[in-house]
Amino acid sequence: MSEKVLMKGNEAIGEAAIRSGCRHFFGYPITPQTELSAYMAKKMPKIGGVFLQAESEVAAINMVYGAAGAGARAMTSSSSPGISLKSEGISYIAGADLPCVIVDIVRGGPGLGGIQPAQSDYFQVTKGGGHGDYHLIVYAPNSVQEIVSLTADAFNKSEEYRVPAMILGDGTLGQMMEPVDFDSVPEPITTNKDWATTGTGLKREHNIINSLYLSPEALEKTIIERQKRYDIIKEKEQRYEAHDIEDADIVVTAYGTTSRVVESAVKTLREEGLKVGVIRPITLWPFPVKVFAEAANTAKAFLSVEMSMGQMVEDVKIAVNGKAPVYFFGRTGGIIPTPQEIIEEVRKIAGGLK
Amino acid sequence: MSVRLNVFCGHFGSGKTEVSINYAIKLANEGKKVTIIDLDIVNPYFRTADARKILNEHGIELIASEFANSNLDMPTVPQDIKKVFYDENAYVIFDVGGDDDGAFALGQYNSFFQKEPYRMIFVVSTKRPLTETCDDLYEMARNIEHASRLKFTDIANNTNLGKLTTEDTLLSDYKEIEALSEKMGIPVTMQCGLEKSLSNLPKEFDEQKFPMNIYIKMPWEV
Repeated sequence: MSEKVLMKGNEAIGEAAIRSGCRHFFGYPITPQTELSAYMAKKMPKIGGVFLQAESEVAAINMVYGAAGAGARAMTSSSSPGISLKSEGISYIAGADLPCVIVDIVRGGPGLGGIQPAQSDYFQVTKGGGHGDYHLIVYAPNSVQEIVSLTADAFNKSEEYRVPAMILGDGTLGQMMEPVDFDSVPEPITTNKDWATTGTGLKREHNIINSLYLSPEALEKTIIERQKRYDIIKEKEQRYEAHDIEDADIVVTAYGTTSRVVESAVKTLREEGLKVGVIRPITLWPFPVKVFAEAANTAKAFLSVEMSMGQMVEDVKIAVNGKAPVYFFGRTGGIIPTPQEIIEEVRKIAGGLK
Repeated sequence: MSVRLNVFCGHFGSGKTEVSINYAIKLANEGKKVTIIDLDIVNPYFRTADARKILNEHGIELIASEFANSNLDMPTVPQDIKKVFYDENAYVIFDVGGDDDGAFALGQYNSFFQKEPYRMIFVVSTKRPLTETCDDLYEMARNIEHASRLKFTDIANNTNLGKLTTEDTLLSDYKEIEALSEKMGIPVTMQCGLEKSLSNLPKEFDEQKFPMNIYIKMPWEV
């Protein structure tokens, strides 16, 4: 069955979540992710699932907390300012070691900012957002088809590691339409959820979902154990797409929507004879440090292109570790870089290398 | 037999905007004075106002919310719409926002639509989830009619898969659209698509062929 349909990115997240076994969606409207909530509102009642429009973002994330604690595959979605509101709940979910999937279709910030696409929440989603030593597994798709497979992966990996996962998109990715099929959605994994609050049946001790620890020793022990899981994730779950990096003088890196613009620019540059390669991080946390470290052995320069004032570029610098200069080009406030701007930026760097 | 007032409605993502822009350009190429109205109060992305330049080049007047493509999600209706009802020489294309939510914006012009004949075209794509069957399409059509207080007069088949559209895509679920046409009692008058995706259409569709260009591009396609 590979029947293709034409879908918006936001709708594709919804359908992929449903096919990944998600039957609990807690939403609150905000542009530019509202189609996801609208899709779930139409679809969930037809398949025996729950769609609930909460009274606020804070309520929605805490409903996810509750549903996840009971062992359900649960999802919520929002856009930048709404993710700020959800951040307290996300920290609690991480602190209680619960799986869930949070969708962030990023818009311009800070504050109310604007509704046009942006990538200025990279720090928020990869370095915290909420309080405490915690991480989300962050997936950054760059097409509607990849949204489908990464949404499925987000549910499975979240459950495997008991770490909340995030799908990070932007307004363009959420709103644009591309043909998709759902063949790539794997069977949902099943784990033994012996931690879930599903009723003891008088046969076992109570399970308690909690992030409060009365003794600092117990809290430290829990955090260190969680950190060990993070270390495994960092080792095993780095994902990226790369091409032409073996002979590249300049490696351009970008994720999500921006990577589509970069690909268009790099095609032109390679036709001109410039040796340009591309690394596209697919996981933003864990950041794909290995491929950057390897490329740094041969590349003469790196360029990070973002819809921000320079956020991912810091992780690129850490990964490249001083072996080559790392440049940055960004537009922000809802402006998408053009292929021409990127071409000129790469030409400038190439000129300096000679 | 072209009618002055042409209203394009349908599910969001059915291709209303591209069909509207192409229809406006077709009328302008016939030498008509054309105004296109971006009446989308639902979706702040990918809308008629994106095609401002090409519309200008064809001498087509664009009426759009001053907030279209701004950083503000402001579902406002442009204030100068009403003038088109008083200009008997103008051909008008209404590009209406998706679903019944979008069609709601039409209701306020009801008294004008009562006064002269209009066409309201239901743009359908059976490759869009939630509008794949005759029953789903019928329900959407009735909801749109209820919200807009207008009646559909035509169906435009715009079934497509974006870049993966082939000459077989348009008619791939055509029985659903035929059933819809019968159930609603209105004809299919347009078969929409790029010239090449219309190349295989059987002869019986010759008069309905509506070849289009794609005017709204992705940021990496410029």
